[in-house]
Amino acid sequence: MMHDRSIAELIAAVRAGETTPAALADHFLARIERLDPQLNALITATPERARAAAAIAPQTGSLAGLPILHKDIFCTKEVKTSCGSRMLDNFVAPYDATVVERLHGAGTVTLGKTNMDEFAMGSSNENSYYGPVKNPWNLDHVPGGSSGGSAAAVAAGLAPAATGTDTGGSIRQPAALCGVTGIKPTYGRVSRYGMIAFASSLDQGGCFARSAEDCAHVLGAMAGFDPRDSTSVERDVPDYVGGLSGDVAGLRIGLPREYFADGLEAESRAAIDAAIAQYEALGATIVWIDMPHTDLAVSTYYVIAPAEASSNLARYDGVRYGHRCDNPQDLDDLYTRSRAEGFGAEVQRRIMVGAYVLSAGYYDAYYVKAQKTRRLIAQDFQSAFESVDLIAAPVTQAPAFKLGEKADDPVSMYLNDVYTLPASLAGVPGMSVPAGFAHGLPVGLQLIAPWFEEARLLNAAHAYQQVTDWHTARPAGFE
Amino acid sequence: MNWETVIGLEVHIQLATASKIFSNAPTAYGAEPNAQASAVDIALPGVLPVINREVIAMATRFGLAIEADITRASVFARKHYFYPDLPKGYQISQYDLPIVAGGHLDIDTPAGGARRIGITRAHLEEDAGKSLHEAFDRETGIDLNRAGTPLIECVSEPEIKTAAEAAAYARKLHSLVTYLGICDGNMAEGSFRIDANVSVRPAGSAEFGTRTETKNVNSFRFLEKAIDYEIERQIDVLEAGGHIIQETRLFDPDSGETRAMRSKEEAHDYRYFPDPDLLPVVIDEAFIETQRSHLPELPDAKAERFGREYGLNDADAIALTQSRALADYFEATVAAAGDDTAALGKPAANWINSELAGVLNREALTIEQAPLSAAQLGGLIARIADDTISGKIAKQVFDALVAGEGESADAIIEAQGLKQITDTGAIEALVDEAITNNPDQVAQYLDGKTKIVGFLVGQVMKASQGKANPKDVNQRLVAKLDAMK
Repeated sequence: MMHDRSIAELIAAVRAGETTPAALADHFLARIERLDPQLNALITATPERARAAAAIAPQTGSLAGLPILHKDIFCTKEVKTSCGSRMLDNFVAPYDATVVERLHGAGTVTLGKTNMDEFAMGSSNENSYYGPVKNPWNLDHVPGGSSGGSAAAVAAGLAPAATGTDTGGSIRQPAALCGVTGIKPTYGRVSRYGMIAFASSLDQGGCFARSAEDCAHVLGAMAGFDPRDSTSVERDVPDYVGGLSGDVAGLRIGLPREYFADGLEAESRAAIDAAIAQYEALGATIVWIDMPHTDLAVSTYYVIAPAEASSNLARYDGVRYGHRCDNPQDLDDLYTRSRAEGFGAEVQRRIMVGAYVLSAGYYDAYYVKAQKTRRLIAQDFQSAFESVDLIAAPVTQAPAFKLGEKADDPVSMYLNDVYTLPASLAGVPGMSVPAGFAHGLPVGLQLIAPWFEEARLLNAAHAYQQVTDWHTARPAGFE
Repeated sequence: MNWETVIGLEVHIQLATASKIFSNAPTAYGAEPNAQASAVDIALPGVLPVINREVIAMATRFGLAIEADITRASVFARKHYFYPDLPKGYQISQYDLPIVAGGHLDIDTPAGGARRIGITRAHLEEDAGKSLHEAFDRETGIDLNRAGTPLIECVSEPEIKTAAEAAAYARKLHSLVTYLGICDGNMAEGSFRIDANVSVRPAGSAEFGTRTETKNVNSFRFLEKAIDYEIERQIDVLEAGGHIIQETRLFDPDSGETRAMRSKEEAHDYRYFPDPDLLPVVIDEAFIETQRSHLPELPDAKAERFGREYGLNDADAIALTQSRALADYFEATVAAAGDDTAALGKPAANWINSELAGVLNREALTIEQAPLSAAQLGGLIARIADDTISGKIAKQVFDALVAGEGESADAIIEAQGLKQITDTGAIEALVDEAITNNPDQVAQYLDGKTKIVGFLVGQVMKASQGKANPKDVNQRLVAKLDAMK
């Protein structure tokens, strides 16, 4: 079936005239229509626009005719961009995000916008104004978050690829929980222009697909310097697809002891161990390393991310766009009610935490200190990469939990990100690669590379996927 | 009790860039509301700021001109508060690490003599939009054209002692930024806005009194009035046993009074933190040297040179260097008048500072709008210098030039027959005629009242319709009269 074919095969088929962009779009639109009601992975499907675009899509271009879904955090001209929030339920951007523009330029056809935790704040997709997304492997379980809609959609074959964003694990964690391949590039690799900001110093766009090779195709079209984003880096983008040799012989892979300590669930641990053994069999050298500041990551992140969020979300005031309360009595009433009605509980919680840690008298004790511990965490990676080429670790402590299980316990929800936060804080690229199952649910292996070594990361994942088939597994009911 | 005043000024200087500080929208004044507000300016979701390089260049030149330290890695920070004309809910400004640190301005004190006023810092920031409270009934309109306009906020040390000194400081700063070409200096359009921090304390006290901040004063005269009012008000409050409330005040030009706007007790906690969307602005030596090489001659240096090259006294040199346009006009006038700059400087200064200044004042014109060009004025001065016309006729020619009666002094002199009589015989005849027709005055002269010769010169000039050279006439009369003794 078309949805089981790789991106390389789909593009080749379009180029060879064996299929057309329109036929591809129709196939995936039909799956969305039939299967998404179970998942709620999309906030907005755009079948008419997709068919119109496919009809005129070029047959050339690096991703000619490839259907794609965008996380609803990327601004899309003329199509609603909600960011999972009631605040932006009525918002239609007058412009395309750089990521959307580039993928469109490469020939992709957008099928719709995917569900997400409100303003990308969450690890379960339960914080969406549009309702939770279900995990296609078990509809009672969460898909992870915040890019839960994109991960679930790719897992269920609703699209060959989807974009996502990762601030503290929002690509890697849902990729792991849904059994798909996801990559968060180096901070600065992909433009943030048009990507609605949650925590500016951490947010990074990336993608989901069914394999490292597929991700290489999509990331290659997304990445690169953008003069509209001062934090994007002016540095050549290597040929990711061309770099997939599948050879990892001699690669030194470090296992941080801190990521394998108490808390890692046994069946998940077994899957990770087996994956590492596989790398050893492929000729990689496995060494244990220390990353002593790992335990500071959660508290560091939950100071910096809310601080930046409280500032980034100040623009949603009901004045120019977005939700505005009915009959405001005065300016304070307009602000207070518009924001209280427009934002959900988790967003409000983080705005309050963020405003608190930035306030006079607390700034040094929280924000400044968190910047210092952030540097220590980055130094852990710096020194680790002096002795190893790649780091391997679990993505999560356990497979997908049940919907509602942690909804009333924010701290336990926050701790869910313990293995993904350090790479986000350091800005290094990370991936989640399907590595088996625990309790019938997917387990992800996390690979982390030095800054701007996405090619090494993709090749290592590709090598593993050449000798395993976890990444090709489809959940029952979504074959 | 004797009171002592402490004044510090914060001046917002709008930079004359073509586009905004973080977007490519134009900065031109007076467009239709919101016609010059881009996606970045209105803070749509997802947009990002990108620093305008020209803003950094201008701030660097400003820092060099006030002999400040240029911060090698300055940082933009977010200053948070909610207001409808502040689209992001924060203003991008600089906090811990401003681009310009330290520096000073030498002012000419009203009492005479120069005084150095320290500058604490100057930082870059974006302007907010405007709230239009009058345009709509029971509603407020928001115009975001101004949002994102680049500003330098220049903060002086609290070293200014009087309202007159404050005005002198503000004038000097205004002159400097317009010289540098980084600000159009238009105070009516808000390109140069002054906030005055004023406090009083018992003379000799080491501690500062509580200060008030009078905001957005838009003329030097109002600044002086506002500060004087505020000093008097504070002293009255304190002498009546009250205390000063730290607050923001507004100056009302109609009443000449300041009134409370909001008190600092309800002030915001701005929650400053470094803007993660912008990298630190790193400036290297090469950039600084390039900017230094672009610095024009600054007012103090120019005044000094005018003294040296044109033989001007301090008062004339300072007056002529108040603005770059005026100084340029002066130099162009001298150049048009002839080669002997040392001799032509003084008459050029006199014509500009008296006759031309009078016309500009009367017609409320700026030097750029002067009704006669520097070339025209220079041509006139050349004809005085070479004795073609007398000073008196020159005034007549000047008025004719102002009135547009001719293209040049030469053309007017020719057309109106104003050329000085150089025919010795004709002048001799007029001199003889004056002696013959005024026997009484001649007798007085011969009697030792030599000053009466002025009367006789006047008679000759009148008879010549002003076209004789009075100096020449004087000499001839004296020679003839002395011969009669």
